[in-house]
Amino acid sequence: MNDSENILEELDRILQNGLDALQQIQDEAQLVGWRTAHLGRSAPVMQVFARMGSIPKELRQQVGQKANQVKVALENALEERAAVLRREALERKLTAERLDVTLPGRLPAFGRAHPATQALDEICAIFIEMGFQIYRSPEVETEEMNFELLNIPAHHPARDMWDTFHTTTPGVILRTHTSPGQIRAMREMAPNPIRVILPGMVYRYEQTNASHEMQFNQVELLAVGQHITFADLKGTLESFARRMFGENARTRFRPSYFPFTEPSAEVDMECFICGGKGCGVCRGSGWLEIGGCGMVHPVVLQNGGYDPAVYSGFAAGLGPERIAMLKYHIEDIRYFWANDIRFLEQF
Amino acid sequence: MKIPLSWLKDYIEIDLPLLDLARTLTMAGLEVEEIQLVGLPDPYAGLPADTPREFKVTGLSWQPDKIVVAQIDEVMPHPNADRLVLCRLNDGTGEIIVLTGAPNLFEYKGKGPLPKPIKVAYAREGARIYDGHQPGQVLTTLKRARIRGVDSFSMVCSEKELGISDEHEGIILLDDDAPTGVPLVDYMGDAVLEVSILPNMIRNASMIGVARELAALLGKPLRYPQAKLPEKGPSMKGKAAIRITDPTLNPRFVLGLVEGVTPQPSPYWVQRRLRLAGMRPINSVVDATNYVMLELGEPLHAFDYDVLVRRAGGGSPTIITRAAEPGEKLTTLDGVERTLEPFTVLVCDTAGPLSLAGVMGGLESEVSPQTRTVLLEGAAWNFVNVRRTAFHQRLNSEAAYRFSRGVHPALAEQGVVLCLQRMAEWSGGQVYADLVDEYPLPPQDPEIRLSEADVRRLLGIELNAGQIAEILNRLEFTCRVEGDEVLAKTPPHRLDIGSGETGKADLIEEIARIYGYQNIPSTRLADPLPLPRSDAALEVEKQVRQALIRFGLQEVINYRLTAPQREMRLYPPENRPPEPAYLTLRNPLNPERAVMRRSLLASLLDTLEKNARLSERLALFEIGPVFWPRQDQVLPDEPIFVAIALSGLRQPPAWDNARPPYYDFFDLKGILECLGSDLHLQPLRFEPAAHPSLHPGKSAELFSGDVRLGVFGELHPLVKEQYDLLTPPVIVAELDMQAILASRQSRRETQPVPVFPPVLEDIAVIVDEDVPAVEVEKAIWQGGGKMLRAVRLFDIYRGEQIGAGKKSLAYSLTYQADDHTLTAAEAAQIRQRIIRRLEQQVNARLRG
Ligand SMILES: [Zn+2]
Repeated sequence: MNDSENILEELDRILQNGLDALQQIQDEAQLVGWRTAHLGRSAPVMQVFARMGSIPKELRQQVGQKANQVKVALENALEERAAVLRREALERKLTAERLDVTLPGRLPAFGRAHPATQALDEICAIFIEMGFQIYRSPEVETEEMNFELLNIPAHHPARDMWDTFHTTTPGVILRTHTSPGQIRAMREMAPNPIRVILPGMVYRYEQTNASHEMQFNQVELLAVGQHITFADLKGTLESFARRMFGENARTRFRPSYFPFTEPSAEVDMECFICGGKGCGVCRGSGWLEIGGCGMVHPVVLQNGGYDPAVYSGFAAGLGPERIAMLKYHIEDIRYFWANDIRFLEQF
Repeated sequence: MKIPLSWLKDYIEIDLPLLDLARTLTMAGLEVEEIQLVGLPDPYAGLPADTPREFKVTGLSWQPDKIVVAQIDEVMPHPNADRLVLCRLNDGTGEIIVLTGAPNLFEYKGKGPLPKPIKVAYAREGARIYDGHQPGQVLTTLKRARIRGVDSFSMVCSEKELGISDEHEGIILLDDDAPTGVPLVDYMGDAVLEVSILPNMIRNASMIGVARELAALLGKPLRYPQAKLPEKGPSMKGKAAIRITDPTLNPRFVLGLVEGVTPQPSPYWVQRRLRLAGMRPINSVVDATNYVMLELGEPLHAFDYDVLVRRAGGGSPTIITRAAEPGEKLTTLDGVERTLEPFTVLVCDTAGPLSLAGVMGGLESEVSPQTRTVLLEGAAWNFVNVRRTAFHQRLNSEAAYRFSRGVHPALAEQGVVLCLQRMAEWSGGQVYADLVDEYPLPPQDPEIRLSEADVRRLLGIELNAGQIAEILNRLEFTCRVEGDEVLAKTPPHRLDIGSGETGKADLIEEIARIYGYQNIPSTRLADPLPLPRSDAALEVEKQVRQALIRFGLQEVINYRLTAPQREMRLYPPENRPPEPAYLTLRNPLNPERAVMRRSLLASLLDTLEKNARLSERLALFEIGPVFWPRQDQVLPDEPIFVAIALSGLRQPPAWDNARPPYYDFFDLKGILECLGSDLHLQPLRFEPAAHPSLHPGKSAELFSGDVRLGVFGELHPLVKEQYDLLTPPVIVAELDMQAILASRQSRRETQPVPVFPPVLEDIAVIVDEDVPAVEVEKAIWQGGGKMLRAVRLFDIYRGEQIGAGKKSLAYSLTYQADDHTLTAAEAAQIRQRIIRRLEQQVNARLRG
């Protein structure tokens, strides 16, 4: 009786000793030592199992159960302690690894498209959604293509509207607008319907300053078919303005004059900076000029190979750099071709 | 064109507020660029502060209680100053003594009470006016002051002080009927609309022209000035003759005569109107011609008749119009002797040239203060000749401005009659009862047949024939409705209406303008779409641009205009080719931008140079055309190239990597290799290049399949010296976009992902220094056969261990089979084959 009670008490002690020792454990190595000492082959609880044969038969079950409980309890305590230690170790590691997150990041080498390309692409993408196709034509043109065929005869007052770079080859100039592409596109596609955008560089004989450049991009729009109206022109450009500047963008069409369109219009857009209330960018007027447009002049249709009695069309011209200048508040158009990296990297 | 509101009101009743008036004109194509207040209140005053300033408003508003009409009853000498006078003035509230130095009052000084009071513009204390003594327009408020011992708190005003003109010599002397005591703004407050006249609207470069547009827009009647020749009076028979030698140059020439005139200052209201319209009053004869030009749009010319008679040897002058002889000379009234070209049309008499037709009068026959008889010319001229003459002679007269855009010949007669009448009114004299009128070539005022369907087809609006006719009637077209058609006859004051389809378009534009662009609906295109088409060149350009941006390069766009010497910097000074043919400008803006570029690389290096000191890392590219003139073509070729330049740090520096290495040859080669695989070009091939701009040992030509794409490498040190660059080497490439397009693989297939594990092993071989790596790799591939899947060079070693003139190349190899796991024996076999090949082909020996 005494013996068995002693063994049961001993098991309680073994458990208590094991748990007390475990509380002192601070690292993985000590934990391995503890395991050997308290759960290894020669550990006290294991010794009890080893002595099982010498325990009176009637007590064996009770002692066996108790020893087992002690072993399981020690094993569980070991697991728990190990988990705590792992967690503590991890916390120490994480603390030690803490960075100064305010240090600057390591920059990837990344490039950007030129802002003029970005503006051009943005405009073209909108018209492509509407079914327009990109059509390109030469930057060096004949006077005939650039003027005569567009209903701008030599010595016509309208010639004053374009200051032209002439070349030493008679009759060859730098195109003053993308409009010669209208004739080229029409001649290539007549009598099929046309919806093209003509993007590209144009040239003006003009002293450069903050708002004038000798070269700049244009995007011209041309639609030719049998049922194309001024109302379509308005609708198309209004849709464009809403896609480009937001759903609330309001446009205004003012009569104007271009020799290659009739009726002709100037397109104003409600200033998107001040919402039409007037600001520095719109010079207080609430409106911004964004381009010119009109119905293709019958003479131009004829020159392109379309019978103006049957076909009609519209054309419009937009300035990507000008639109970018408005959108990003760029104060000097000369920034575009100066290619200062400090300017380009802002886009 | 400056349009004084008061003048406009001579022809049409206007009750619209100023801003509405400006908007009505602007929305009809007569854009109002500025409203200059000349007394009238600011239209924005009193509106909420956030009202947009749709129109630019300048000028001065006259306070009604501070600036009034007053009368001077006596001009008295100043006790202490010779150059000042004291005026006994009545401003309607009582008598005041006012001090002034106006020279135009001196003639009345000390004459006692004036029999007829002088009407003046009087500013009371506290009036806000412009300072007459400062240049420009500086606002000032009248304060009490003591000048030469006399109290002064108010003043009589000059035009400058009231913002009418810059005239400050004397004070304004109002016409006698000005009502004393009335606020000046009520008597003559005005506003000037600065209207921009479109090139096809020269008919509106006049008061009546603008009034006519307004009448049409507002549906109001137009009051034309009443002018006619006297019923009784002398006849011009035998007084002058006209000979037109070429009616295409001079379709009409009209002469009128007035005798007994006395050139004198015009009435004040005439002078004020001329000044407000931007012209300087001269005398009552010249002013009448300018006034009627501004009023009607017909430039007129006044000859001193007695000078012409003298030139005709005392007989009756004959006016001859003709083209100038080459080298002929004429001194114009600005005193400049001008040598004439054959395109210039002259008005001559039998003694020679008198004036440049439609541009400027000659000095000799000009009217002078002594002129007593005026022969008045009204004519029509070929606009092309006037334009060329004005351009050639650099003469921008008001007459040339109008005639160079086409003035209807009908106005010649109307102008002469109206002007003769005004001349006699303002200068005295007797107007002759008839004219001499040669009109050999009247214009065809086109008659256009326009249908309801035409309007619908082009504008997308429904108007019936009656509505169409009504709109055109308002613009003075004569219309007849026939069923659903309108037959519209062009009114005889405009030359901008064509015939046929053009005429229809011209009318439709007028209908749209008067109907109002804002009233036309907005619709979506309903016409059939064209067939889809693609532009492969554009697509490949976009792909190249996107790829290079992804590889970390910045796009730039340069001026296409350059100078040959700028491009010549691409070559070492001692190795420059002869200058190639450039597309050269006839009128360059400056010598630096005189030709179209032939080299994209030269453009890009210019940009690199500009940025060399701005960034430690420059990775730039440009895609764009160059311009190559060709003997056999009118237009140059415009091939598109892509140029790349790398210089400086390979990566952006960071705080833990302050000095990354400089870009070198292999960075650009890697970019090009990636470009090739990104665009799925045919396999790339690199061959050492000999290019004068590039380092002979660090440059290569790039091929894709059989197509040569271009060249790249490190800039030759002698070329680099030509540019203002820093230490780091510059690595450049120039590729032909057309070649890139041509070398795209038309078809490509993917490989299945392998399922059996690979065998990896390394091999290091020693070869002679001059064996190119590409040869070693080729031998490995040939030896490896189809089980060899990847070859990667991972180390190059040179050193004592392997001996001089040798290098060791270490490769990592991957073997793999599609259908089983390779055995060690198989791998060893492959390795043996590779080694044998290497030994045979590049005389390699295994290292280690
Ligand atoms: Zn704004």
